[in-house]
Amino acid sequence: METKSAAVKMRNISKSFGTVLANDRVWLDIYRGEILALLGENGSGKTTLMNMLSGIYFPDEGQIFIDDREAVIRSPKDAFDYGIGMIHQHFKLVDVLTAAENIILGLDEPGRLNLDAVAGKVKEICDRYGFDVDPWQKIYNMSVSQKQTVEIVKVLYRGADILILDEPTAVLTPQETDKLFAVLRNMRDAGKAIVIITHKMHEVEELSDRVAILRHGQFVGDMLTAKTNAQEMTNMMMGRPVSLNINRPDPVDPKPRIQVKNLTVRSIDGILKLDDVSFTANSGEILGVAGISGCGQKELLEAIAGLQPVESGSVCYLEDDGTEEELIGKDPLEIASMGVALSFVPEDRLGMGLVGNMDLTDNMMLRSFRKGKSFFTNRTEPRHLAESVVRDLEVNTPGVSTPVRRLSGGNVQKVLVGREISSAPTVLLTAYAVRGLDINSSYMIYDLINQQKARGVAVVYIGEDLDVLLELCDRILVLCGGKVSGIVDGRKTDKRQVGLMMTKLGGDGSHA
Amino acid sequence: MHKKTGVPLFHISKRKALPWYGGWAIRGGAIVLAMVVCAIVTTLLTGENPLAVYATMLEGAFGTQRRIWILLQNIAILLCISLAVTPAFKMRFWNIGAEGQVLMGCLANAACLILLGDKIPNWLLILITVIASCAAGAIWAAIPAFFKAKWNTNETLFTLMMNYVATQLVAFFVIVWEVPKGAGQIGIINQKTEAGWLPQIGGNKYLLSILVVALVTVFMYFYLSRSKHGYEIAVVGESERTARYVGIKVKKVIIRTMVLSGAICGLAGLLLVGGINHTITTTVAGGLGFTAVMVSWLAKFNPLTMVFTSFLLVFLDRGANQISTDFGLNHSFGDILAGIILFFIIGCEFFIQYKLSFRKTVKKEEG
Repeated sequence: METKSAAVKMRNISKSFGTVLANDRVWLDIYRGEILALLGENGSGKTTLMNMLSGIYFPDEGQIFIDDREAVIRSPKDAFDYGIGMIHQHFKLVDVLTAAENIILGLDEPGRLNLDAVAGKVKEICDRYGFDVDPWQKIYNMSVSQKQTVEIVKVLYRGADILILDEPTAVLTPQETDKLFAVLRNMRDAGKAIVIITHKMHEVEELSDRVAILRHGQFVGDMLTAKTNAQEMTNMMMGRPVSLNINRPDPVDPKPRIQVKNLTVRSIDGILKLDDVSFTANSGEILGVAGISGCGQKELLEAIAGLQPVESGSVCYLEDDGTEEELIGKDPLEIASMGVALSFVPEDRLGMGLVGNMDLTDNMMLRSFRKGKSFFTNRTEPRHLAESVVRDLEVNTPGVSTPVRRLSGGNVQKVLVGREISSAPTVLLTAYAVRGLDINSSYMIYDLINQQKARGVAVVYIGEDLDVLLELCDRILVLCGGKVSGIVDGRKTDKRQVGLMMTKLGGDGSHA
Repeated sequence: MHKKTGVPLFHISKRKALPWYGGWAIRGGAIVLAMVVCAIVTTLLTGENPLAVYATMLEGAFGTQRRIWILLQNIAILLCISLAVTPAFKMRFWNIGAEGQVLMGCLANAACLILLGDKIPNWLLILITVIASCAAGAIWAAIPAFFKAKWNTNETLFTLMMNYVATQLVAFFVIVWEVPKGAGQIGIINQKTEAGWLPQIGGNKYLLSILVVALVTVFMYFYLSRSKHGYEIAVVGESERTARYVGIKVKKVIIRTMVLSGAICGLAGLLLVGGINHTITTTVAGGLGFTAVMVSWLAKFNPLTMVFTSFLLVFLDRGANQISTDFGLNHSFGDILAGIILFFIIGCEFFIQYKLSFRKTVKKEEG
């Protein structure tokens, strides 16, 4: 192998936030013509490191060399001047403008604005790497994957040849992921340096040429992907051996628990979010819900939990003795007072499930603070609950009086799930329970969900990682544009079939 | 060896957590700095000895027993209104209508004194004034709260506008009840009989307001930090979505909290008219409804801390008054000094939250 000179050398980079050392003397080399996967648990400092390269943060210490010359990157504009472009998890596009307009937004090109020339150049970039973008299409008419493409073209248009992608596949279907990977390979072959941040092991193995691993803000090592495997990489990330299998015990005495019939929901703007959805969730079973993001998953759970106004249809709660309770038209308090023990882990943890500025104890109280006739609240029980959640779920926190927003994503989720299962529910609704969580926390959440299943709880699990859905769930309900595309047996189906059902009702294979 | 070029001189980063004495050290430093700047400004603008000016401020606030009582009474009224706006603020309901709510409390009280004075037993009259004042303030606050809950109107504009309506209502009734006709003012109400005046405790005309507000302070502290209502207010303020998720009735909490907020404003109006002034003008609240917003924010909505912040503001105001009389200076000069001191005190909160890291001198590169 020829000795290549690194396009980017990061040397002794340190960055701290308060007393938290996010990066501790990190060394990292990025080469042209190579895809580097940056791996690490939550809070291991991957995004911080890349943000320093793209000008969002400035390192406390250390140096960055670009093509062997020291670079001072103080702003995203400086980063662009060095040819560094970052594609963030959350897109930064103006919805009402076209792709071409978004691409040149903020660029200070001399002369008059010539959108035709821009479109021509966009087309040229697309042809070179195999993108598929219509420069005249408005952003609000685009799918998530198209928006991401626009973001990538945007940085290429600005002449970036060092690209950083922060968890690019989190929002994509398997088919879209394949497309993205093909494009990234084309860019690599054209001599660009590419860094992708990800949690998903199989993507690392499939795509990258080299992996670099961070743990607790420190650089642990890098190696050629071909010479390692998922188990070894995971062990390096964790600093100890970890098992990568998800348990799937057989359902325990499944009986219908929640029966959804012809549920139709519109958003406030009148957009049809759920269209005639019917299914049954059984006790002692995990029902997975798959679908491209924004296909009605959120509305489905919120409708069951009494948070979403419903246009028509019914949601029935079936007790063991056969009595039926209608849940539609009731708010969460009324549902609870009917004796329906329904727990809900919403997608928006700090905006809905928890209050970020309150401490663990006060967050434990959210569901139970009304208990008792006293005018005053009793914090003894919530504090004990908080302490036991911290102990049992290994929440990493300075104490139960710490505001939850100070905790990392995985710990926030443990607090939320811990509270929701503490009330001994009979129905557990979870939305993206492991989104943004590292491997260790994710496996703990899977274990907790399996424990609830063993207790005979009807679990509804909305997920985005098809590999996990296929390993964890007994049955999978696939949504496509707010309609039920089908319900499949988790043990008998495969990723390809579910992926097709996500993009096309019924999943018949006429669409590649 | 590479020389670093163009590294920013300093950058700002968030502090993790400061021990309590660290925060107070920064605040103390800010006050010292403020004093120094005030001294420079004083010497440059007036040629007076700054130490003499500071001595005059202290003199104005604490110089005589009467001045101390007035200081305490002013603190009590300001604190009362600050406590009133606090639950609304904790709910992120920007109630800047305290001025109007206080005025309505004053108006209701004055109306009772004028219309019912000497017609019913005094204890009954006082009871009625208490209820009427609190109810008037509560209603004045409940109107914008209702519109906010029902149609999500902007409470900041709404409460602000309600202030003007209240001022005009008071102006109208001052003309209706003016004594003598054409005087344009009401004068002391029931001066001979003192009917409906709040009683004095042990012959001290200042003590009642101070005790009442002390009780309200303790109540508000426990209401916000320990009661179920206080908890609901905090949840609604932090996130309405979370509140709905756990089944808190957001509209009910908004209206209930504003009724309480307005009622305490009405109580302040009761103390102002029934306990202190025994008359009503359009300026009887004197802008305290707005100063209270600052007191509440400075104290980060903690009722106990508000005792100190309201003391600070009243002290600065009384001191500024004294400077203007003793040195024959324009009253604005005292306000300039007060402004400088407030600037430093509010500004130092930034340094409690964040720290500046300065560029380090270039080190020799190792290995």
